[in-house]
Amino acid sequence: MSKDKTGSVVVIGGGIAGMQAALDLANSGYYVYLVERSASIGGIMSQLDKTFPTNDCAMCIMSPKLVEVGRHINIELLTLSEVNGISGKEGNFEVSVTQHPRYVDTDKCIACGLCAEKCPKKVLNEYDGGLSKRKAIYVKYPQAVPLKYSIDAKNCIYFKKGKCRICEKFCPNGAINFDDQKKELTLKVGAVVLALGSKVFDPSVHDTYGYKKYPNIVTSLEFERILSASGPYGGRLVRPSDKKEPEKIAWLQCIGSRDERPGAKGYCSAVCCTYAIKEAMLAKEHSKGELDTAIFYIDIRTHGKDFERYFNRAKDESGIRFIKSKITGIPLVNETGKHLIRYIDEAGKRVEEEFDIVVLSVGLGITGKSADMAQKLGIELDRYNFAATSSFEPVQSSRPGIYVCGAFQAPKDIPSSVIDASAAAGVAGSKLAESRWSLTKTKHIPEKIDIRGEPTRIGVFVCRCGTNIAGVVDVPFLVEFAQSLPGVVYAEENMFSCSQDTQDKITRVVKEQRLNRMVVAACTPKTHEPLFQETLTNAGINKYLFEMANIRNMCSWVHKDNPEQATQKAKDLIRMAVSKAALLEPLTEPVMQINQKAIVIGGGVAGMVAAKNLAEQNYITYLIEKTDTLGGQARHLHETWQGENIQQYLAGLIEDVRSDKNIEIFLNSRIEHVDGFGGDFKTTIQHNGESKVLEHGVTIIASGASELKPNQYLYGKDPRVVTGLEFQQRLIDNDPSLGQLNTAVFVQCVGSRIPQRPYCSKVCCTQSIKSAVKLKEINPKMNIFVLYRDMRPYGLRENLYRKARSAGINFVRYNFDKEFTVATEQGDLQVAFTDCVLRRNMEIRSDLLILASAIVPEKKNPLAQFYKVPQNDDGFFVEAHVKLRPVDFATDGVFVCGLAHAPKTIDESITQAQAAAARAVTLLSAMSISVSSTVAYVNPNFCSSCGVCVSICPYSAAMFNEKNGKAEIEPTLCKGCGLCAASCRSGAINLNGFDNDQIFAQIYAMNKVVL
Amino acid sequence: MPDWEPKIVTFLCNWCSYEAADLAGISRLQYPSNIRVIRVPCTGRMSPKFILAAFGKGADGVWVSGCHPGECHYIAGNYYARRKFSLFKSLIEYMGIEPGRLHFSWISAAEGAKFAEVAIKVIKTVKDLGPSKYFIKKINDRAA
Repeated sequence: MSKDKTGSVVVIGGGIAGMQAALDLANSGYYVYLVERSASIGGIMSQLDKTFPTNDCAMCIMSPKLVEVGRHINIELLTLSEVNGISGKEGNFEVSVTQHPRYVDTDKCIACGLCAEKCPKKVLNEYDGGLSKRKAIYVKYPQAVPLKYSIDAKNCIYFKKGKCRICEKFCPNGAINFDDQKKELTLKVGAVVLALGSKVFDPSVHDTYGYKKYPNIVTSLEFERILSASGPYGGRLVRPSDKKEPEKIAWLQCIGSRDERPGAKGYCSAVCCTYAIKEAMLAKEHSKGELDTAIFYIDIRTHGKDFERYFNRAKDESGIRFIKSKITGIPLVNETGKHLIRYIDEAGKRVEEEFDIVVLSVGLGITGKSADMAQKLGIELDRYNFAATSSFEPVQSSRPGIYVCGAFQAPKDIPSSVIDASAAAGVAGSKLAESRWSLTKTKHIPEKIDIRGEPTRIGVFVCRCGTNIAGVVDVPFLVEFAQSLPGVVYAEENMFSCSQDTQDKITRVVKEQRLNRMVVAACTPKTHEPLFQETLTNAGINKYLFEMANIRNMCSWVHKDNPEQATQKAKDLIRMAVSKAALLEPLTEPVMQINQKAIVIGGGVAGMVAAKNLAEQNYITYLIEKTDTLGGQARHLHETWQGENIQQYLAGLIEDVRSDKNIEIFLNSRIEHVDGFGGDFKTTIQHNGESKVLEHGVTIIASGASELKPNQYLYGKDPRVVTGLEFQQRLIDNDPSLGQLNTAVFVQCVGSRIPQRPYCSKVCCTQSIKSAVKLKEINPKMNIFVLYRDMRPYGLRENLYRKARSAGINFVRYNFDKEFTVATEQGDLQVAFTDCVLRRNMEIRSDLLILASAIVPEKKNPLAQFYKVPQNDDGFFVEAHVKLRPVDFATDGVFVCGLAHAPKTIDESITQAQAAAARAVTLLSAMSISVSSTVAYVNPNFCSSCGVCVSICPYSAAMFNEKNGKAEIEPTLCKGCGLCAASCRSGAINLNGFDNDQIFAQIYAMNKVVL
Repeated sequence: MPDWEPKIVTFLCNWCSYEAADLAGISRLQYPSNIRVIRVPCTGRMSPKFILAAFGKGADGVWVSGCHPGECHYIAGNYYARRKFSLFKSLIEYMGIEPGRLHFSWISAAEGAKFAEVAIKVIKTVKDLGPSKYFIKKINDRAA
């Protein structure tokens, strides 16, 4: 192959998926054009208040990513731009793009907001779901990237009537340009990633409930804005009609989803159940009184990782009511502004109840514009206009070289979109590997200012974090207080310290005020320290001259009920941080080479796909499998829910992996010992009775999970009782006895969603439906029952569920709290349970009982200790961040995919494996990394050569200098734990960044308040 | 002193207990505001001098928390810390400081709820002991 593929990629769509794909591609050596139709990136996630299942603030976790995209030297943002067409083929595309005029010169606009203040034209603000007004010249939201105003020509008075130009008059920088013209651009790229996203369903199209007619009926996205501190009501939970605090709020599920009527969509939107739970929980938190919340549902589908726990918490701790029901109408109750919800409950009884606000949990769908564009690009779509993909190549569109990710592929939540995005980056990267780094630019690092000898000039920035901090602690008071501290020459407050405009402003302030140390009082350094450090670097100041005071996670969030004491505490924390900052010294970082090999642990589908992708990206990969065969759990799976043959795929994948010269396979192997760290691991494996040391830079854990072997329902005692996988094996084997069955019964949630295992195994509902449909095909006369608690065929799988019901398969909801028994009665298998609808005991005599058994990971997996990565209570590995870092570990250089992370289907395992490979490549392709300077050092004048440090250092970084007999610490080996510093009896050792003096200063600073 | 609130200097290791405290925040678990957190890379970094300094400067309690045994990010730092700590605890008793003022715990990054629970317990224990008086260098009359 000639090296003439283009080393750049266009990503279309600037939501969270597009942003992630752009970052992963740009960080692995490709130049990226990020094309966004609106004036700024961020997509739907930017509108959300909080995210499930951690109730993390959406803007807080997204903001660092927005800033990273906005700042990245190898990402070119094209906002207000649309793609018209793509010519050429894989490796060499030409993309034609129209960039619409912004009418504001982005080089001149400083986002002061004066133009919007003076603009006389008010229009409904779509960002706030139409609940507030914005001006005709505007930015979408305060943290927007790029933070540049734009004129909405459709509403601008000048463009409509030829007069006004007020903004032009007031703009202090002459940034307004009414003559701005649209531009036609042609981009040359090697691959295309489509992250077109989705839009929420509009319930006014086929109006059933009077949405838009009545102000107190809102969509769930509008409700997010109501909850949001930056929303139309400033985070106060009030009714839109009269701004009174509500006492009762209802959520109606499946609005526009699971509904085949005109205008609605037949599929399940997969996210609404969990977001409704989130909104109900948050509404309760926001409310000052006793807020009553009720969720009216068909099935509660909390199938994602830790979602079931979230559901349980909502039910048992937050006291949210869940009502399985069918809504018949929600008429307005005269003049009160309330709505009367009329419904039929599970027992078929008619019930009525009044609510102050009714939230419609609207589903996700593809916009007409996205569908048109896909057609222009020659991409096949399914009947709902989602991109058509195969389960085995989940991010590959029908046109080679064009990849899809996020909610454009199927309705999905943020982590799935982020995983998709990384996977798309990984697959695109694997095709362009030869042109890596051919079109990228190198960052110019501003000259460092030497601050040695200068008097201490500390700047303190106190973040309001919307209302997250300012809602509890008195931020203006803290700013005033900070100003009074010794060494502090400047202090200010920020709405969001992490937003791009504030970051730029901080850089400016550092320069103007000649600050040489910075303290940010905001959230946690664990997530935001790198961001602020980069800001400092941009201002020419060494990044180690920075300290954070955690006044959110460890103060405002945990002392909500006591604002006064929380403010006192925040004061202490700021004083402590400032005293430490005064003693910080600039440090330089040693550079370490990254070993260019990878190790993948686990030879199932996830492990093999990850290894294959790494190999395609030209990295030597070791694939470690503990058994004697490759294939893992997929060896027992018959077909995907879409009907694709899994065994055939598996055979092909195994062949690919075996024949790839970049992959070395070790079967019958176990990890024995691991040395080193991200970039430089030494893993010892036990292979065929011999120990072998493998050196590698990155690790991907794909160690999988297995099916629970139940100890109930006569399993193991009667051969007619089998597990889901055992049944799948019979399908693979074409077992002729299946055609002879008269009655088959599937039992769902065997071992899942129980107190000992409070998680949903996610795949079993769809698998049972698929198996049931197969049985019905084999013998249409067979009686088939699926006994369930909630049916969870999420997303497009809903269609299979509908097909199964119309094929005559009986789905019966059993009462989980009542007795459920399986016995043999005169040789027959007899299943006895209580039916939820009929409310009576039922018995079914069955020839075959299929137990949809839980997915269980290995608890106390030794890999956790070897690679220093955590497992949760269930035994699944814990990713670095549930939303935005779903395949990374907090430990550098280690990644996770497949069932080891959480229960998931084969297509999701494949996507996550490709994502893990992509994330690993962002590290490998950098070739070298700077190592932290937080290392220990010895003052030889004090060293008494006692040898304590040499004997206790866990990394053998401490050693004796042979010439003078004093101890020395090798900085590239030192990990900065500080054990030597704490143990040195002569006080000769100190630890950069956590110096004795600095810690003492913190201790003393705290106690000044006591005195 | 009905309004007296103790101050407890809290040392949390960067990899487990500090993250647990963050998680407690993310989960909005409420606990009293008496702790003042100092982030250290590892409990192995804890020199007994830090604890003495805290008591000497008027802290009513000290709480040190790190990773569970076997889960130390730096392999064994918390084992060394544990050894030092058990010796040190008898020493402070000998010096006349009530042992209930000094606490040590293991809390992993996933245990936000445990963090809040232990915080409540530590604060209550110290509060019940009243203001620390035996090891403070001359200070003004606190009651004033």
